[in-house]
Amino acid sequence: MTSPTTQREERPAASGAGTTPPRTPGTSRWGALPLPARHLLLAALGLAAVTGLLFATGDLTALRIAAVGYTMLAIAGLQLLVGGSGQVSLGHGAFMMIGAYSMALLVLHQPTLPIVANLGIIVLVSIVAGVAVGAATARLHGPYLAGATLILAVGLPGLTHRYHDFLGGSNGLNIRTAGVPPFLDGLVTTSEWRTLVVWTTVVVGLALLATVSAGRLGRRMRAIRDDETAASMAGIPVGKTKVVAFVIASAAGGLAGGLQAYVLGTVTPSSFTLVLSLTLLAALVLGGIGSLWGALWASVAIVYLEIWATDLARSLNMTRDAENNLPIVFFGIVLILVLRFWPLGVHGALQNLRARLRARSNSS
Amino acid sequence: MRTRSGTRALLASGLALVMLATACTGAGEVTDGADADLDIAPGVTDDSVVIGSHQPLTGPAAPGYLAVSQGAAAVFDYVNAQGGVNGREIDYRVEDDAYDPSQTIDVTRQLVIEDEIFAMVGGLGTPTHSGVLDYLNEEGVPDVFPSSGALAWNNTEEHPLTYGWQTDYTKEAKIQGEYIAENFPDQNVGYLYQNDDIGEDSQAGLDQYLSDAVVAREHYESEVPDLSSQIAEMENSGAEVVVCSCIPTFTALAMLEAARIGYEPQWVVSSIGGDTATLQALLAEFTEGSDAEDVPADAFLDEMLITSYMPRVEDEEDDWGQFFIAIYDEYGDGDGAALTNTHIFGMTQAVMFAQVLKSAGEDLTRQALIDALETQEWQGPGYTPFSSSEGDHGGHQGVYVVQYEAGGNIEMVQEARVTDREGGPIEETDFERLSPEELPFHD
Repeated sequence: MTSPTTQREERPAASGAGTTPPRTPGTSRWGALPLPARHLLLAALGLAAVTGLLFATGDLTALRIAAVGYTMLAIAGLQLLVGGSGQVSLGHGAFMMIGAYSMALLVLHQPTLPIVANLGIIVLVSIVAGVAVGAATARLHGPYLAGATLILAVGLPGLTHRYHDFLGGSNGLNIRTAGVPPFLDGLVTTSEWRTLVVWTTVVVGLALLATVSAGRLGRRMRAIRDDETAASMAGIPVGKTKVVAFVIASAAGGLAGGLQAYVLGTVTPSSFTLVLSLTLLAALVLGGIGSLWGALWASVAIVYLEIWATDLARSLNMTRDAENNLPIVFFGIVLILVLRFWPLGVHGALQNLRARLRARSNSS
Repeated sequence: MRTRSGTRALLASGLALVMLATACTGAGEVTDGADADLDIAPGVTDDSVVIGSHQPLTGPAAPGYLAVSQGAAAVFDYVNAQGGVNGREIDYRVEDDAYDPSQTIDVTRQLVIEDEIFAMVGGLGTPTHSGVLDYLNEEGVPDVFPSSGALAWNNTEEHPLTYGWQTDYTKEAKIQGEYIAENFPDQNVGYLYQNDDIGEDSQAGLDQYLSDAVVAREHYESEVPDLSSQIAEMENSGAEVVVCSCIPTFTALAMLEAARIGYEPQWVVSSIGGDTATLQALLAEFTEGSDAEDVPADAFLDEMLITSYMPRVEDEEDDWGQFFIAIYDEYGDGDGAALTNTHIFGMTQAVMFAQVLKSAGEDLTRQALIDALETQEWQGPGYTPFSSSEGDHGGHQGVYVVQYEAGGNIEMVQEARVTDREGGPIEETDFERLSPEELPFHD
């Protein structure tokens, strides 16, 4: 997941600290590997880490780890779109909804399809939706694009009421999915198995996103982000690249939604409101908009900040109204503080720290 | 270079996906695992038993439903003060799910795994509880008395450990339908309903008696607090009786909107939206600062017909109602709020759970609780017979009808009747309740 984006930000930070140490990986064996292979190795490492974490913690944490996983995938897609190509989407939650409902409908109506086929179909559905929306919005900039995607986030949940019989209205759809395959029975629990399925998909998805971001397409996107006119004069097809970025982001969002439906076994329109889209964007800014690593901190923040804030409110014995609002206030304060002191988010702060440590070890 | 490595990445990820695929059969093909072991008693010690519930303590649904767990907690405090049940104190743990199904799943697992609850009691909400129905049954956690009238709770084949409580929406609607057909013959009827299982199941019952009389079917979405077009449509259609299968907020909105355009139908309100104390508070809140500010909230509710199956707080002759008022005075959480029928809902559930816990005996296991549920002879506090026997986990079997008069009086206009959720007849019942002193539900 080391993308050029990361390196781009590292350099000013490091030079700011004085001496710029020569980067060594280029000469090592690691550096000699092609980028996709490196990303896949990192992905495998990530999966191994999650597996270890799963065995170290209990059944209850498994579900939360899975939540971190699919949220991270959704935010990583958004990162590519916002941090990579400079487009703002307030409708990312809508794509999660498309993915989640696709998963629920597939399990309900085509129960014999294996999960991987379902995930494949969900990616296709999200791509189609992404092309439709992206093509319509490619000519829009900044606030206009945000407004157009806003419509999606606000309007899409209404479809479940319009097609009440098919989509289940406000009660949504409930699905039951197969648990642990027989040969692993007794080795892992159902929730651990689901978490592993989620994370396998997530790390593969992230490796793909990182590869895209590091490749020609990623460079084109960043060129467009920095200056659209200059990019177009350099021969980059601006509209096409923007649509492609939008489609990749929607595919990641849809896949994340599908995984959510798979883990939770229930989809309701109330889970995919505008608040979700805004939370994803706010969390991305909190985690660090410049790098895929930001998505990790962002998803941890989304899943755990609320749990911590609720525990905090309870331990302080606050009134109901205070307890009701504390998680939101807590998130807001953390967001403001992080951005005040580290404008590049949590990931920016960590990089800053690393650069300083390196500078210190060099000067001593 | 890029193309080649891109292909390789695709190949590698394809390989990973194929590996995943071989490990999976159809995602929707659920094989029934072995039945969970019920001869265990998690959360039970010699002097306590831990039970849990998921409730909306915060969020948009909280103002309407917070009272349910407050009421239940007051009754459990009372029971504990009397020495508990079979020497055990009831440790009632309520987790907040904010009426969000994904949070329900998280807090339910927290209750089952961390708190090791003995049973889930009164989990609130149809969309929320639906999400944990399978989980609770797979884990072997008795799922007693969900707070919702969905038909799904009474499915002994798929969910043998789930025991419904509320009179389901279809039974209630059948009795409403029959009452309207008998007492308001030849009048036009309009249905106003929430566009989910409440509306669907209610219409299935109403239509059995009113299919010739119905002139309007209007629905609302619980996310959109506006009923102006629905009520206008209702008036245009000439409906003289309006059946409101609505939650309290929308009952209040409907009455307010009708009053605004000068439309005065006979309101028939289901138990879920017919709590007059809650309605008064809502109406007072909605009229604040408007032209109707000076109109007492009570005036809107005059002559409303309500169906219910529980004791009622307005009824001074109901010994259970008076008993609950006394308990709430002493054990309520003291925030000064008046006792409402929503509190009574939770309190009635709590009494019935304590009763069945008592029947389960000293040697408490989950199986003992299930056996006690299946063989319990229920005698209140509700007004109707109650089924929790093998093959029928339907809960309350019917409703009675009361009429409200401005000023706080209610009059019983039809005693409790029972029916089924299919096309069966509606029958009178000679159900006798025991008084709070006679009913054994604590030591």
